[in-house]
Amino acid sequence: MTTQTATIDRSDSSAMGLAIAVLAGVFLLMASGIAQATVLHDAAHDQRHAMAFPCH
Amino acid sequence: MTKNLFTSAVLAGVAAGLIAALLQFTFVIPHLLEGELYETGERIHFAIDGSTQSDRAQPAIGTDFARHGMTVAFNMITYTGYGLILLALMIFAHDKGHTLTPRTGLIWGVAGFIAVQLAPGIGQPPVLPGAIGSEVGPRQAWWALTIIITAIALALIAFGKGWTALLSIPLLLAPHIVGAPYLDTYFGVAPPELAARFAMLSLGTALAGWTSLGFLAAWFWTRSDDA
Repeated sequence: MTTQTATIDRSDSSAMGLAIAVLAGVFLLMASGIAQATVLHDAAHDQRHAMAFPCH
Repeated sequence: MTKNLFTSAVLAGVAAGLIAALLQFTFVIPHLLEGELYETGERIHFAIDGSTQSDRAQPAIGTDFARHGMTVAFNMITYTGYGLILLALMIFAHDKGHTLTPRTGLIWGVAGFIAVQLAPGIGQPPVLPGAIGSEVGPRQAWWALTIIITAIALALIAFGKGWTALLSIPLLLAPHIVGAPYLDTYFGVAPPELAARFAMLSLGTALAGWTSLGFLAAWFWTRSDDA
């Protein structure tokens, strides 16, 4: 029986890490700047105006 | 490496969010609260007799700590979100041979400010509470596309070889030639001076926040074992 070893290219894994970071960033910005839920909108109100998010 | 990216971006985002919030409380929020006086009708600028005079006085801040606490918290979330994207792009360029230092981080921060605040702000300036805009969907689409197109244009200027940097000129202009969605009517109830000051103070504060973010993200990451 031969054992196959999967090698993960370093650049592949780092590209995945970068993509996850970008997605996580977009997710946070959706919550802090875009989401319409009243609770989020009211809590983030002053910050959204100050940072010029087009939220309403 | 992802762990160090996340740690550095969160530390930089929280710190830059704090800096931005402090500046907002000093410069931006007092104008925002003054704008709300016109939004609620407590103060009226364009009186029925045609007078455009009204008192200039800002409400004191610090009367509503829950509200101000939320402003601090959401600044940290916003700057952490931007920090994750900015640092991912910085590390991508670093891997391609463009060495990342805190000094180049400053330039990344300024570029982020231009792409995310200044360019969309040309069509959609920061507005006081009570300002009425056109339908939100198209405005969000114009905002997001302007950010992406401007970021690509800045990347061409920074990293483009030969004449490709010239492609940035039509890209930078395109969103503004198309133009942001707007209404056919003016609805403003607040003095134009107040709205203008609010817009510029918001942008100035965001410039400080973004340069702090770029510098700190690079500073934390270059001190980790990935750099």
